[in-house]
Amino acid sequence: MSSITIEKSASKGINDLLRHLLSTGKVDAVLAMRMMPDTGAWDLALVTDVKNLKELKPLAPVMTVNASQVLSNLSLSGKKIAAVLKPCELRAFVERVKREQGSLENLFTISHTCGGVFPLDLVAEGKVDRLLPKYEKVVSAGEIPSNIRDTCKACEHFIPMNADIMVSAAGECKPGEGCMIYLNSDKAREALSECTGEHGSAVLDSTSLEKLATARAREREKLFSSIEKDCSGLDGLVNIFGKCVGCHGCSRVCPICYCTLCDFESINFDYNLPYFEEHLARKGALRLPPDTMLFHMGRLTHMSFSCVGCGMCSDVCPVGIPVAAVFSRTGESTASIFDYLPGRDVTEEIPVMIFKEEEFPELG
Amino acid sequence: MSEWQPRILAILCNWCSYAGADLAGVSRMQYPPSIRVVRIPCSGRVDPLFIMKSLQSGFDGVLVSGCHPGDCHYISGNYVARRKFAVLKPLLEFIGLEPNRVQFSWISAGEGDRFAKVVTKITEDIRELGPATRLVKKT
Ligand code: SF4
Ligand code: SF4
Repeated sequence: MSSITIEKSASKGINDLLRHLLSTGKVDAVLAMRMMPDTGAWDLALVTDVKNLKELKPLAPVMTVNASQVLSNLSLSGKKIAAVLKPCELRAFVERVKREQGSLENLFTISHTCGGVFPLDLVAEGKVDRLLPKYEKVVSAGEIPSNIRDTCKACEHFIPMNADIMVSAAGECKPGEGCMIYLNSDKAREALSECTGEHGSAVLDSTSLEKLATARAREREKLFSSIEKDCSGLDGLVNIFGKCVGCHGCSRVCPICYCTLCDFESINFDYNLPYFEEHLARKGALRLPPDTMLFHMGRLTHMSFSCVGCGMCSDVCPVGIPVAAVFSRTGESTASIFDYLPGRDVTEEIPVMIFKEEEFPELG
Repeated sequence: MSEWQPRILAILCNWCSYAGADLAGVSRMQYPPSIRVVRIPCSGRVDPLFIMKSLQSGFDGVLVSGCHPGDCHYISGNYVARRKFAVLKPLLEFIGLEPNRVQFSWISAGEGDRFAKVVTKITEDIRELGPATRLVKKT
């Protein structure tokens, strides 16, 4: 694989790369995480002026929004955009492209080996800067920081799939010892042919990432078996989802739930008098808003096989429901029926949109 | 009070299974009076949510029936339906629902006898399982 080595830390190296792309006009804009120097506030920023690039922190372990959501419309604007995405954001974007919610054509997707992101409450409390040195140390040793999102701890796909450009950040690179940039597409090779740094060819040294992979696999086991225990049967479900206040925040921030009018917010769930009469006649009391559990069950059947486990949903839940863990766990089993892996390949079709004539003989 | 009778929602496609039910009727075939029928244009129209909602609303079981694979009036609706049910099945099991409460079948317009058999079977299966309690707390 073609590669470029820049004699700088990964975070400085990637900023050089973005500057090169924007200043040479290879792209019209750059999308990446940013920290405002005066307030310390984090956001996802779209930058068109080179002078604003210095505010960007593209590799920071922060995800204020799953970038694939905002990238949808941008990717259809006809402008060339370099988008720095976490591996799960890239996979989510691929899932959105399959749903005709965006296009890869005008994008330079830049991703990196990912050590996981901090939950949003730590970000909102302004703690990222202070936590960063320790995070970087732990991650470069191939270990799991204790304060990242639950589903990040359990994420096995922290090496990006199919990014045009991949930066080695977690696991492989030793901080300060140079930054490896891998070019996976002709588009990337062409755009970066004149980028400073040592051009050559290299393969990602996956042995050094194996330690992290093993640790993540162990965490995944742990998380999933605790969810299975907590979630099984009606009592388990009530236990987990009984606190749900029905705000639908989890589906708003979900990169896979793209429907402009969600079924659960449509007239189908506009409760009317007969509904109340029927339920009250049977049960004598009714929890309001109704159907919070059905909302989750419905979402599980609609999209769980495409869940990339980014963890946005758990982070925004006002009552602390481990939504992402439940969806990752169920998603893994619904996707495995079809040997599907969300975001693996843009030509791989969404499992419920295709079929084989001979399959599932046990169903009818 | 008489013995408990299962209440089963039967979601039948207009072109095959509903006609099969009709044939069972006009041929005076016997089957248990346990089903309540909803006629739909195609089994592909069934959102798994319908099934969950029915169970939650107090049905003891759900039968979804469409045309035989290859015979769909809309060419492929039933194939897609089958994929959606394949997703729903493990979810229902994950939440502890007995697999036999939700059944799928393919019944053509000419198979009145098969319709009677399918209904008899699901009724017996559900009678054995007893009233559904998993998704709805009855008070
Ligand atoms: S889920 Fe995986 S790819 Fe996404 S932020 Fe967490 S560790 Fe990174
Ligand atoms: S964010 Fe939490 S409270 Fe809101 S709908 Fe989702 S699970 Fe329920």
